[in-house]
Amino acid sequence: MDALLALVIGVLTAAGVFLALRPRTFPVVLGLTFLSYAVNLFLFVMGRLAVGVPPIVSETASAYTDPLPQALVLTAIVISFGMTAFVIVLALKARAELGNDHVDGLEHETDRHA
Amino acid sequence: MNFSDHLIIFPVLLPLVAGIGLLALRGAGPDVQRGISLAATFALVPLAIALFAASADGTYAVYRLGNWEAPFGIVLVADRLAAWMLLITAAVASFALLYAVNGTDLEGRHFHVLFQLQLFGLNGAFLTGDLFNLFVFFEILLLASYGLLLHGGGRLRVKAGLHFVVINLIGSTLFLFAVGTLYGATGTLNMADLALRLAASPAGNTALVQSAALLLFVVFALKAALVPLYLWLPAAYGQTSAPVAALFAIMTKVGVYSMLRVYSLFTGLGAGPLDGLFDPWLLPLALLTLALGVLGAAASRGLRQQTAYFVVVSVGTLLAALALGTPGTLAAGLYYLPHSTFASAALFLLADSIARARGTLGDRFEPGPALPHAAWLGGLFFAVAVAVAGLPPLSGFLAKFMLLQAAVATPHANAVFAVVLVGGLIGVVVLARSGSLLFYRSQSAEGVGPSPTVATMAPVAGLLALTAALTIAAGPVSEAAGDIASQLHAPRLYIDAVLGARP
Repeated sequence: MDALLALVIGVLTAAGVFLALRPRTFPVVLGLTFLSYAVNLFLFVMGRLAVGVPPIVSETASAYTDPLPQALVLTAIVISFGMTAFVIVLALKARAELGNDHVDGLEHETDRHA
Repeated sequence: MNFSDHLIIFPVLLPLVAGIGLLALRGAGPDVQRGISLAATFALVPLAIALFAASADGTYAVYRLGNWEAPFGIVLVADRLAAWMLLITAAVASFALLYAVNGTDLEGRHFHVLFQLQLFGLNGAFLTGDLFNLFVFFEILLLASYGLLLHGGGRLRVKAGLHFVVINLIGSTLFLFAVGTLYGATGTLNMADLALRLAASPAGNTALVQSAALLLFVVFALKAALVPLYLWLPAAYGQTSAPVAALFAIMTKVGVYSMLRVYSLFTGLGAGPLDGLFDPWLLPLALLTLALGVLGAAASRGLRQQTAYFVVVSVGTLLAALALGTPGTLAAGLYYLPHSTFASAALFLLADSIARARGTLGDRFEPGPALPHAAWLGGLFFAVAVAVAGLPPLSGFLAKFMLLQAAVATPHANAVFAVVLVGGLIGVVVLARSGSLLFYRSQSAEGVGPSPTVATMAPVAGLLALTAALTIAAGPVSEAAGDIASQLHAPRLYIDAVLGARP
């Protein structure tokens, strides 16, 4: 289970980094989304993996899982959701203002001198 | 409970409430919006002064949100450094807003809302005693800054904004990875508690906490615009509107502040796994930042871009002071911090007035029309340039003098002297060239843009007056800076104040 989760986080991060380095805004936004998925998962498992135990005090529970990372990840999800929405709108605005979806606003290298 | 017990929460609450109120009153017309925004921003100045006075005797004001004891609850901590940063922020924000109400605020929507939320994030970041809360306040100030950066729109601004947003989102992701790793290794996020747990962390965790600390360093270096993570700054600061750029002059200092706060706590106890981790990196990077900033300023094609590079220079100088690490250099850096913030904010505001007066030429370094009121504009430019370049008689000179004096005794004195002095000389030459090109090499007798008014010049003069005040009051101010530095060198007091806080 640990190895699987580590692998998932690693693959998500690698995909996110690769996509964030692409020259078009759409893959970049996707890359940022993948990175935020990876980090949310990472934060979540930082409280250690525990299956079937409650995070809050109960009379019947014999063990607990750490509730703090769950609170942290909730905050991080909300923030990354808002940021993703913002960056999508910004990318659309850049597409409209610059006439193309290249991150530098250049369709071809020769546009630099145009 | 009386008012002074709750004083510390007001610099955070006031801009938040003002921001929400402004959003609710968005139909009320510009005068109401401006009035509320100005009142809320000006009110931060006495609040910050009160906090500064309360912390001046070395006490730590610890405010437990939700009344849970640290490290279980979240605390706000006001020590000398936090109060000092609040004071600088309030001063810069007041003058930036005074400039903005001349019309910049009407070029787009919700300027005042975003401005207040930016102050909310800044003040929160300076006051929080919790690493995750620092992340949250970073996000608040960044999201507000994205909106402010794009305020007014335009092709180049959107392009610079896209880069700024994407790189900061990646920075936020790295911040979360660092926070998660630290939590996984220590089980706490309260900075005072983290300091204790890190100092006592088992040998098996050394690599883990070191990589987390270095990740945090990358994040703060990105915010502070340290080499090689400074490339976003000249475009973003150079393209945005003037009052926003002036306010952003404090934003790079948030990165510097976070480094100071986090590393004074994490490495200050000694013998921890992070001890000396940054020493081989920080000074060379800081000096390289300074050098590249000066070269960038020399190569700039417009005054606003040049000013943005001078922000990079000031970050390099500040971090060099921080990296040398003696109380003397740190005090010099803390004296330089308000000076450089005020000076670069003044130059951003002045550059905008000059650009508007030059009409379509803008702030580009090309011979253009004679400027209206050239004597006033030129005089102000001269004074601001003196402040930015760090020449006597203004406080930049004193700050550099204090830095070099304190650096003599350190092992890297040669490198620091060489870079700071040569960089300063190039800075003077660059600003002299800009000034002579803008004011002397004019071709026609008539200006084409609107001439500057008293209302647009007053904020610049006000910021200049602040640097003059820093010079006149150099004795008490440098003493206060020395007190801040000595407090930073005694992290045990901070930890005791936070963890020992009882109702």
